[in-house]
Parts: sequence; structure tokens; C-alpha cells
Amino acid sequence: MQGAALLGPGIVWYVGIAGFLFGIGALGVLVRRNPLIVLLSLEIMLNGANLALIAFARSAGNGAGQIFALAVMAVAASEVCVGLGLVVALHRRRLPLDVDRLSELRG
Amino acid sequence: MILAFSAGNVLVWAVWMIAGLACLASGVAVISFSNPFFSALALIGNLGSLAVLYLLLSAEFVAAAQVLVYAGAVMVMFLFVIAYVGPRQETPWRGGPSWQTIGAVLAAGAIFVEIIVVLGLKAGGRLSDVHAVNGTFGSPGWIGRLFLTDHLLAFEITSIVLLVAAVGGVILGEHTKRRDVATTEDAA
Repeated sequence: MQGAALLGPGIVWYVGIAGFLFGIGALGVLVRRNPLIVLLSLEIMLNGANLALIAFARSAGNGAGQIFALAVMAVAASEVCVGLGLVVALHRRRLPLDVDRLSELRG
Repeated sequence: MILAFSAGNVLVWAVWMIAGLACLASGVAVISFSNPFFSALALIGNLGSLAVLYLLLSAEFVAAAQVLVYAGAVMVMFLFVIAYVGPRQETPWRGGPSWQTIGAVLAAGAIFVEIIVVLGLKAGGRLSDVHAVNGTFGSPGWIGRLFLTDHLLAFEITSIVLLVAAVGGVILGEHTKRRDVATTEDAA
């Protein structure tokens, strides 16, 4: 297989999409109050970072970015595990699912 | 580039445009639906279009892992918890915009402006020269070799992180169950 140059849009376009995704996710984390949607927005932020990592890995022709993206995916899976565990615990105690009213971390 | 308007190039541009637009639109949909169920469905579309972008960047293994791990496992867990918690609407908006909301919108706007400025400054510089890669770039065997040689420590630490998260999830669930039993016994 021949060495492939990058067809189509340049790296800067992918990084632009990654930046917009990160901004959208940050807006969701800061504005929404349902913890489930806050977790979903966190996923968007992580995916924006992942896209930037993979774009730069392609730009440099180096694999470290893709390895880092896979590690970020593992961290995102752990974060969802603990976050959804917290949401289920809140639901069992009949606490409000509202991050503004859950301002105390007492047991 | 000499072949700037070749058929393959036009095709890649078209796929990039569709996938990028779907990505941004579903991202906006995730944070704007009031029902978390529809937000989770929109996030599945977001993850799928991101996998297409990864394929365009010749990261085949990461794209496959994205679809399997995210759109498969993580989103199923999300949908399960959303169905378990039930259709709770977000508490209605109280009063006018608080200082927190204004700050949030200002921060997100600052991030957007920063992105545009940085991209505008950098567009003609180092980001424009892209290394050519060979056919094994991003293939599963290549990723596996990197994980077991250069990035072995990251690989092992990732497994420890996943183990700690699983133990944490189990403890979170069990603790509340015991507490619930105790309170019902008290009530009886």
C-alpha cells in the first residue's frame, strides 16, 4: 500500500470541530442541571479532546495520540460507571436530580 | 496539491462535511433536549459521526473501539439508568438569569472565540504540513504493538483505573441498599 497523504480537509478543520465540540460540552456542563445530561455533556467534552488527539496524531504521523485517545476512552467509561452509580444512589434516596440543589456532599 | 479536485478528494470533503455537521448538530441536540432519553439518543449519533471522522484520519482501530465501547456499552448503561430513574423533568427555571448562568455562557463564548482566533492564527503554519503515513497506521496490530512496547505503563495503569471504577460502582450501589434496608426496618 502506498504512503497516503491526507485527502480532503486539512488537520486544522478537524481541530476546529474538536474545539466546537469541547465548547458545546462545556456549555452543557455549566448550564444544565440534570446530572444525567451533565454526564452526557462531559462525554461530548471528552470526545472533542479525543478528536483533537487523533487529528494531531495523524498530523505528526505518530501513534502516541491514538494511544492517549484509547486511554481517554477507558477513563470516560470509568467516569460513567461512578457517575451513574451516584445517580442511582440519589434516586434510591429520593433526592432531587438537580445539581444546584445537591450542593452538599454529606453521607 | 496537484490533485486538489480529484474524485477521491471531493468524496472525502463531502464525507467530512456530512459527518462534521452531524457531529455538531447532535452535540447541540444533546444539551438542548429536556428529556435525557432523547439526549442520550442524540449522543449516539454524535459518537457515530465522530467514528466516521476517526476513519477519515486513518484511525481505524480507535473508530471501531469508539463504536463498540461508547455507542455499545456506555450508551446502553446510560439508557438503562435513564429508564430506571424514569421520566423526571428538569425542575422549572426559577426567576431570571442567575450570575452562574451568565458566567457559564460567558465562559463558553470565550472558549469559542479563543478557538476561532487560535485556528485563524495557526492555519497557515505548522498544521498545514501533514506527514504521509503507511498502510499500517492505526491498524489493530500496530496499536497492540505500541501498547505492549512503548506505552506499557499507560496500558497497565488503564487497567487499574477500570478496576478501581468498577469497585467504586459496586460500593456505591451496595451502600445505599444496606441503608434502605435499615430505614425500612426502623420504620417497621
